[in-house]
Amino acid sequence: MSGLSFDLIALQLFTGLALGAIYVLFAIGLSLIFGMLTVVNFAHGAFYMVGAYVGLFLLSLGGNFWLCLVAVPLIVGTSGLIVERFLIRPLYGRGIDYPLLLTFGLSYVMVELIRIAFGKSGYPFDTPEILQGAVNIGVGYFPLYRLFVIGIAAVVLLGLWLFLERTSFGLIIRAGARDPQIVRVLGVNVSRVWLFVFGIGSGIAGLAGLLAAPLQGVIPEMGATILAEAFVVTVVGGMGSIGGAVIAGLLVGVVVSMTSLFAPEMAKVSIFALMAIVLLIRPQGFFGRAGLMS
Amino acid sequence: MAKKTTGSNSISRRRLLTTASAGAVLAASPFRINLLQAQEATIKVGFPVPLTGPYGTEAQDQVRAAEVAIAEFNEGGGLNGRKAELLVRDDKLNPGEAATRTLELIEKEKVNFIVGSLSASVQLAVNNVTKERGIIYNSISQSDEINEIKDFSKYTFHEALTPHLTAGAVGRYAFPKFGKKVAFLTADYAYGHEMVRGFQAAGKTLGVETLADIRHPLGTTDFSALLPRIQALKPDILIINNFGRDQQIALKQATDFGMKKSMKLVAPILLYTGRLAAGAQAFEGVIGGTSYYWGIEDKVASAKAFNDRFRKMHGGKVPSDYGALGYAGVKTLLMGAKAAGTLDTDKVIAAVEALKYDYYKGPEYYRKCDHQAVQSVLIIESKSKPEKGESDVFNVVATEEPSEQNLRTCEALGHKS
Repeated sequence: MSGLSFDLIALQLFTGLALGAIYVLFAIGLSLIFGMLTVVNFAHGAFYMVGAYVGLFLLSLGGNFWLCLVAVPLIVGTSGLIVERFLIRPLYGRGIDYPLLLTFGLSYVMVELIRIAFGKSGYPFDTPEILQGAVNIGVGYFPLYRLFVIGIAAVVLLGLWLFLERTSFGLIIRAGARDPQIVRVLGVNVSRVWLFVFGIGSGIAGLAGLLAAPLQGVIPEMGATILAEAFVVTVVGGMGSIGGAVIAGLLVGVVVSMTSLFAPEMAKVSIFALMAIVLLIRPQGFFGRAGLMS
Repeated sequence: MAKKTTGSNSISRRRLLTTASAGAVLAASPFRINLLQAQEATIKVGFPVPLTGPYGTEAQDQVRAAEVAIAEFNEGGGLNGRKAELLVRDDKLNPGEAATRTLELIEKEKVNFIVGSLSASVQLAVNNVTKERGIIYNSISQSDEINEIKDFSKYTFHEALTPHLTAGAVGRYAFPKFGKKVAFLTADYAYGHEMVRGFQAAGKTLGVETLADIRHPLGTTDFSALLPRIQALKPDILIINNFGRDQQIALKQATDFGMKKSMKLVAPILLYTGRLAAGAQAFEGVIGGTSYYWGIEDKVASAKAFNDRFRKMHGGKVPSDYGALGYAGVKTLLMGAKAAGTLDTDKVIAAVEALKYDYYKGPEYYRKCDHQAVQSVLIIESKSKPEKGESDVFNVVATEEPSEQNLRTCEALGHKS
């Protein structure tokens, strides 16, 4: 191929990382919920989509994007709390397929409700004015907004890591994931921990949806595509592993981006090829604990 | 519970008997002729379009515009007093569904004409059915294939533009103006491929050089990984060869990457509905083609009349490009029937072939060999912001007048003449 320079490859790598940042933000909630609750949350894409619509709605009321960055995860997270408390909690202890089917159905209900409220066709979502345009990052021009997304992802990850590793509530969450029975015996209300974890997971999904809106606009079906890709990320990283989701998310972004450079028509397939290879070599993924699904 | 069921059963059986005997009496009596005439009294136009799915917005506008054509026909006295009626069906943008609905319209509803569809593959599926049943079909979405001898039949009319014509017109406008080095970003299916061929055919005589044709799968939501390479190629023109939401996202992301600063963005078709959904920022300055834009009403009298009628019937809205095709598709067949003075299929076909019409966008006619509507192509540029109300989104920068020269020749399509 002609015109293949160092700058182009570096820029392409960077594009991949930016793509990966959204994957990471989305997959991290999925992985958190699965790791702690062993719930395969098929409604995660719907929470992502709702996040974008809540942002759209707040902006139409005269809010600004910065306010949305705080309000959207709170609102979507709260709806996650409600879903866990009233829909998912009754299904604990009944096997992994019950919450899976429930969330699968729930995602359809949520998409349909949004269609009824906002209509079937999409809406534009303008990039906040201060983040518009492209900046020179040394190897070429790159959209400022995508840099901002990488930054937000880093902040969220850092915050989540500090929370899980450095606070006593985080300690309980980690302990609850390892052995909920012992934690219960020690007098901790585990169901409240799970409630909280589901809320955090959905809240981050809502934030990811809001961040994706200026990149691709807003439609009711936007959660479906990313859900499939995010499952690849969690499987490659290891179901339930947060560190795995981060590394796998960035890796998937880079693989898509580099494949696009050499064989664009293969870009979509490359994600699944990567998953197949990883599963052949390491069936539990990079950092997955074996036997979590059984 | 069981008893109740039996009860209602016996009632319905009795009612059935009464109805059946009444029917038998009626069948034997002179009333029958009147009944048949009453049944024949409306002209039924079957209208399968994808009301649900990604092109739902456009399809709903096609229905609105088709209703205008029906209303005008009926107010004009119909066909010797016989009124027309529109039967809308949802084809779900699925060829199988479209074929089933079409067959149902023909068999159960006994429709006289079929008009509709909004995708290349769906219209071919509809055409297969109508061809076999000998029902006139007017297709209102883009396709090169439907005019080819393999799919064409005397019952097939094509009111929409073809990719060859649209891409050609846009290319003939853009290449001399913005440069000869061209890169394509193309959706990897029939629509995208046909458009690339159309641009390249027009570019051949102009010395246009294709730097790259980058294919992406249908339904891509992130193009960022494809854009740096295109930037590195430094083309004069980047042609975004995709449709619907793919087009909206590609234009938005190309804008974010600052590509409009170093190259001209061009699309074969710019959709009115797509521009409204994506916002002004993404489409700003993009050049494309269209069959219709409401703004030509300042210059074209028939457009003014059509827009006004549409506004009156549909709460002040203006018709979209694909919507207007729904109007023209229904109108031409009804006016053909009126000219023929009958619904006899062969006579209607001859009458539609003979039409020289100007219903909404200036003069048009159907080419004899392949029933393609010979018509103008508008070249439009998207405005940075609406000036006169939110529907004011495009500038018409050029009009390519109707000419058979710009279509593929009858011979190239496999026809004799």
